[in-house]
Amino acid sequence: MPELETANTTTESAAKERYFVRFTRQQRYMHAVLFTTFLGLAATGLVMRFSESFWARKFAAGVGGFGAILFFHKLCAIVLTIAFLIHVKEVFQRGLLRREKGIFWGSTSMVANWKDVKDLFGHMRWFLGLGPKPQFERYAYWEKFDYWAVFWGMIIIGFSGYAMWFAPFFAHFLPGWALNAVLIIHSEEGLLAILFIFAIHFVNTHLRPDSFPMDMVIFTGVESEDEFKHKRPLEYQRMLAEGKAESRLGIAPPLWLLNFSKAVGAIAIFIGLTLLVLTLTAYFH
Amino acid sequence: MNLAARKHARSNLRRAILAAAIGALAFALAPVALRAQADCLACHGDATATDSAGHSIAVDGQKFGSSIHGNLQCTSCHADIKAYPHPDKIASVDCKTCHADQASSVSGSVHASASDHPCTSCHGVAHYIYPKDDPRSNVYPLNVPKTCGTCHGSPDLAKKHGLPNVYPLYMDSIHGFALSKEGLLVAANCQSCHGSHNILSHTNPQSPTYKSNIPKTCGTCHAKIEADYEQGVHGKAVAGGNLKAPVCSDCHTAHAILQPTEAEFRMQSTPICGNCHKDKFSTYRDTFHSQLGSLGGYVETARCWDCHGAHDVRPASDPTSPINKANLVATCGRCHAGANASFVKYQPHANARDRKLSPALYYIRLFMNLLLSGVLIFFMIHTILWVIRSRYNQVKSRGANGGKNA
Repeated sequence: MPELETANTTTESAAKERYFVRFTRQQRYMHAVLFTTFLGLAATGLVMRFSESFWARKFAAGVGGFGAILFFHKLCAIVLTIAFLIHVKEVFQRGLLRREKGIFWGSTSMVANWKDVKDLFGHMRWFLGLGPKPQFERYAYWEKFDYWAVFWGMIIIGFSGYAMWFAPFFAHFLPGWALNAVLIIHSEEGLLAILFIFAIHFVNTHLRPDSFPMDMVIFTGVESEDEFKHKRPLEYQRMLAEGKAESRLGIAPPLWLLNFSKAVGAIAIFIGLTLLVLTLTAYFH
Repeated sequence: MNLAARKHARSNLRRAILAAAIGALAFALAPVALRAQADCLACHGDATATDSAGHSIAVDGQKFGSSIHGNLQCTSCHADIKAYPHPDKIASVDCKTCHADQASSVSGSVHASASDHPCTSCHGVAHYIYPKDDPRSNVYPLNVPKTCGTCHGSPDLAKKHGLPNVYPLYMDSIHGFALSKEGLLVAANCQSCHGSHNILSHTNPQSPTYKSNIPKTCGTCHAKIEADYEQGVHGKAVAGGNLKAPVCSDCHTAHAILQPTEAEFRMQSTPICGNCHKDKFSTYRDTFHSQLGSLGGYVETARCWDCHGAHDVRPASDPTSPINKANLVATCGRCHAGANASFVKYQPHANARDRKLSPALYYIRLFMNLLLSGVLIFFMIHTILWVIRSRYNQVKSRGANGGKNA
């Protein structure tokens, strides 16, 4: 039976290689919701932003015009807003209610610290062959930037988006010119997010030689010991020193999950790069 | 008697009996005139009759009898024929003999050249001309477009005279539909706007299609709209001699006029205003109204005339203008339920590129652009260097396991 064969091969490879958990199931789902809604928002948003371009009009005509596009844009926005609120609630609970260590400060926190500044400069010196490669902790500086860029982006884009959606309501406490400003803010920040994700995040996280063609950890939740050691030596050493290696051991990802993740990731990257090309053609037209 | 005539006409003795029947009918009504018709029809009533060159010289006596000229003698028009037998070559008929007014109108019109535009080119075959309210007439309102379209629906003719090929445009227009689909006799056909015998070029100030005459021409039917138009800035400008201001046809086109409430016209309407109001069009295109509007399927989005009015466009300073400050809540509220005084401070033509006009927007846009380009440029350099360096290390250390974590 194919299932058994698959199970055997994965067990064998697991015996050779240990896998450690990096992301919980909830975090992986959160990323999945984030990138699906983001692709939806980007695809529909770009069509509105570049409504004069031929591909926008073709796309709009294909899906049933502006009504359908705006509906889909708002639907994705609501789902993403809910995901964002769940995340904020999670951080609040873990950090403030349960007083979990390492949420707001320390080596496992998303909050930037002095080491990140040193890593940034150290990393750039290494790019140019002027120094050793920095040793990264759980979250490297560019990962923290990704996180905060999304966090800030959600607040800015979300707020400006809802201000347009419910303009008469927001007009009760916003000045008139702010209704003009929200469109500029929404579209520029959205464009930044799209260009950043499709041109920078894709390469930094997935397409760079260390991870090419895709970093599977956000899909499978685990990564091999080799990869862990190579990418985040400080966290690896800290884990060994604290004797937590056993508790972080995970199971090797089954073949179906790897293939499924590859397919999903490839589709996401394909859509993203297509949108990137369309954006650039429209922008420099 | 007519019935008998019809029946006999179908028989083999058609020629003789038809002549006899018409003769009999004529005898009852107008003996002198019809005796002459009967004489001619004795020969010309033969449907196969031809002259020496082989051209048909047949006349359907019954059809002729029912035409507008049916009670005239043949010799009324063919005046050079005095006796039988008559010469082979006879003079061509001159309609002007009776229709002097029309002939002089035509001779002053764009159709002046008589050889290119004989009366029959519009009125049809000479012997079977019907009054213009007879559905059989070529100039019956429902038949006019087809009649004019004989020439003005031909791409070759259009090219030759540098004219638009208007027939298909008209037939797909709201007027064309009203005429061809509904059979509305009052719907504008070609001659409602262009006239009939006295058609003049639109460059001629006497023409009903000369720019400044167009509002009056359309106003013949659209009286209320003409009155509104005259009150608006465009109407006043045209009346004041400014021929750059738009008249009806500048926005609605001349022939391909669409129903303005329908999607197709709404979709194409803003660029029309934008032809003249370039700056306003450009700033409109920056707004959500335009983005929505361009994508179709959502035609309710505000177009120029939804806010400014269509025919009686008035300046914002005019208290009756929909964009007068006092009326904005109502105007915006037509689409935006709950619009209030603060909401209508939204600038539908804001220009974030203009620091003096909208400083707040200018600086917000500047900040967003700097943020966007700053972040992207920094990370672009960072990423490119990183990729090069990582690959270099992989190759150098030969530690590449299939491209993964060297």
